Amino acid sequence: MAKNQNPVELGDLSLPEKHRGPIGLTGFSKAKAVDWLKSLVLIRAAEEKIGEEFGKAVIKCPCHLVIGQEAPAVGLADHICKGDRVFGAHRSHGHYLALGGNLHQLMAEVLGKETGCSKGMGGSMHLYQPQVGFHGSVPIVGSTIPIAVGAALSIQMDRTKNVAVSFLGDGATEEGVFHESLNFAANFRLPVIFIVENNLFSSHLHIDLRQPSNSTCRFAEANGIPWQRVDGNDVAAASKACLIATRQARLAKGPQFIEMVTYRWRGHVGHREDVDVGVKRKDDLNLWKKRDPIARLAKGMEKKKWLKTEELQKWKTEAEAAVHKAWDQATLDPYPKPEALLDRVYFKGAQG
Amino acid sequence: MIPGKKTSYGQALRDGFAYLFKAYPEVFTIGQGLWSPWYVGNSMTDLDKEFGKGRVIDTPVAELACTGVAVGAAISGKRPVIIHPRVDFALLAVDQIVNQAAKWCHMLGGQVAVPVTIRAIINRGGEQGAQHSQSLHSWFAHIPGLRVVMPATVQDARDLLIASVLCDDPVMFIDDRWLYEQEEILPPPREISLESQGPEIRRAGKDITLISCSYPLQQCLEAAQLLGECGIEAEVIDLRVLNPLKRKPIVDSVRKTGRLLAVDGDWATCGMAAEVITSAVEGVEPGIWKKAPARMTLPDAPAPTSRVLESNYYFTIKKIVENALITLSEKKS
Repeated sequence: MAKNQNPVELGDLSLPEKHRGPIGLTGFSKAKAVDWLKSLVLIRAAEEKIGEEFGKAVIKCPCHLVIGQEAPAVGLADHICKGDRVFGAHRSHGHYLALGGNLHQLMAEVLGKETGCSKGMGGSMHLYQPQVGFHGSVPIVGSTIPIAVGAALSIQMDRTKNVAVSFLGDGATEEGVFHESLNFAANFRLPVIFIVENNLFSSHLHIDLRQPSNSTCRFAEANGIPWQRVDGNDVAAASKACLIATRQARLAKGPQFIEMVTYRWRGHVGHREDVDVGVKRKDDLNLWKKRDPIARLAKGMEKKKWLKTEELQKWKTEAEAAVHKAWDQATLDPYPKPEALLDRVYFKGAQG
Repeated sequence: MIPGKKTSYGQALRDGFAYLFKAYPEVFTIGQGLWSPWYVGNSMTDLDKEFGKGRVIDTPVAELACTGVAVGAAISGKRPVIIHPRVDFALLAVDQIVNQAAKWCHMLGGQVAVPVTIRAIINRGGEQGAQHSQSLHSWFAHIPGLRVVMPATVQDARDLLIASVLCDDPVMFIDDRWLYEQEEILPPPREISLESQGPEIRRAGKDITLISCSYPLQQCLEAAQLLGECGIEAEVIDLRVLNPLKRKPIVDSVRKTGRLLAVDGDWATCGMAAEVITSAVEGVEPGIWKKAPARMTLPDAPAPTSRVLESNYYFTIKKIVENALITLSEKKS
């Protein structure tokens, strides 16, 4: 899997002037490519709307937008089955939507409405939609990693073919709990897949200023966990890697690790491109925009004569319409009742 | 458990685990040293041999990940007990206890239960010093969403353990090794709902209220016995569940006696004794008080190792009697 790859350095995947062309679609159907494109376009439209409303301060809760790095979640979603358990972190709108999370409930959640996916109690950073396999996201960096490992332990005890998935960023690989969790998962051979969305930045700080080398695969290597590294802006490559990883995990081959190299277009938090840009970022952003996962999939489809120019525009328009409808509905929805504050502290609603 | 035979506190804990393992396939225990004969005293002896190493999991040295694993299993249909053989080491896992286990139900809109029990053991004394002796129950009791349970009696050790594990909320279950030799003749195990549990009167009296929990509660009972020999009727209340705290039994008792000594094996500042006194002050009318309420706690210092300092650090039964007598003195303070 990791043949001829170096677990320590990203190589040209970290260079924005590389990997800009149409993605390869060999082995995939037109229908699959259309699904991906629609999903990527929907996530971007939703994020652009959330960014716009955040900019107007209609949304107040911190929103970490996924624009530019939508592909890893869409690649995983192909391989998620009933009973699988996926966990996210602070930047998880894309994970939620890719898995089929309800769009209106996402909009309602970022507005703090009772109709939100977390009943308006969580906001952007605490999403929950178990019916599509999304079992929670939190902004404390690294905290869902051992939780996903625990879900995998539960799956192993139940002897099902399910898997758990932990989405994390490159910053989370600097947390101690990441290393504890990899060791634990490898020791007990648990069916968990760690997907590092390495977007080269943790908040404002470039990975070169935080780690002695820029690939997180070296941590998988150190724990004896099979790893793959792919271009995270290539949805087909992401999907292929997730197919291999989920298949191995379902066959009780133990934990799997995928590093997906990508880049976010907005600041760490909020809607702006020019806030907390950090060292190097400002110059690199325009270059990275040319590695757009949507444009590259569209180009790949055009090459196969699977896409007419007007179709992409049509799907974008449809996605925007769906987003606006969901948003408008959410703005009219009620806020949680005052009793929700105390009633939800304990599961059965009782304070004492 | 053999009818008519005394059971020790440590054995009662083991009986609780055995009961849970037999009745509930979703229960498992995980923690460092669970296959060792000494990490957790006699409270889990040979459970791994009886119920299998798949349900009594000894772990890598990773308190934070192991606690997170327990939280993850808890939201995936299991009822795990993560065991920290010393409270001090549970501090490495505080993110999972405080930020995760205690918050998920509320922040996800009441849609997810986190039925994890975090069992932490107090190992005070024995010249073990600052990082092997802490209790910290007041600290954990500060957290909304985290139930905090401290059994002081043999029966509670078993039955509150069962109740904690069967509770749908995260529970911090703290037991003290100094209690392990306590003995009682126990009735068969019973399932009680933790939500319904709260402070209990362990000894009724009318002259002064002593409120405590865990090991110091046993000291209070012995102090009350000595006071009784002097004709003073002390009422002793065992808090049992520190969070969420049911305040009515505290208020009711002080309304009856007009005097309160809060006795706690944790530090004073922002501690459980302060919470008990505040609860009483808020609930008991000013005219009823015969004397200002008082507290006995550990000094606000880390536990020392040197035996001379250590012998002054932990309060004695005699000291409880002396403080009770001060609170009982006629002069209004």
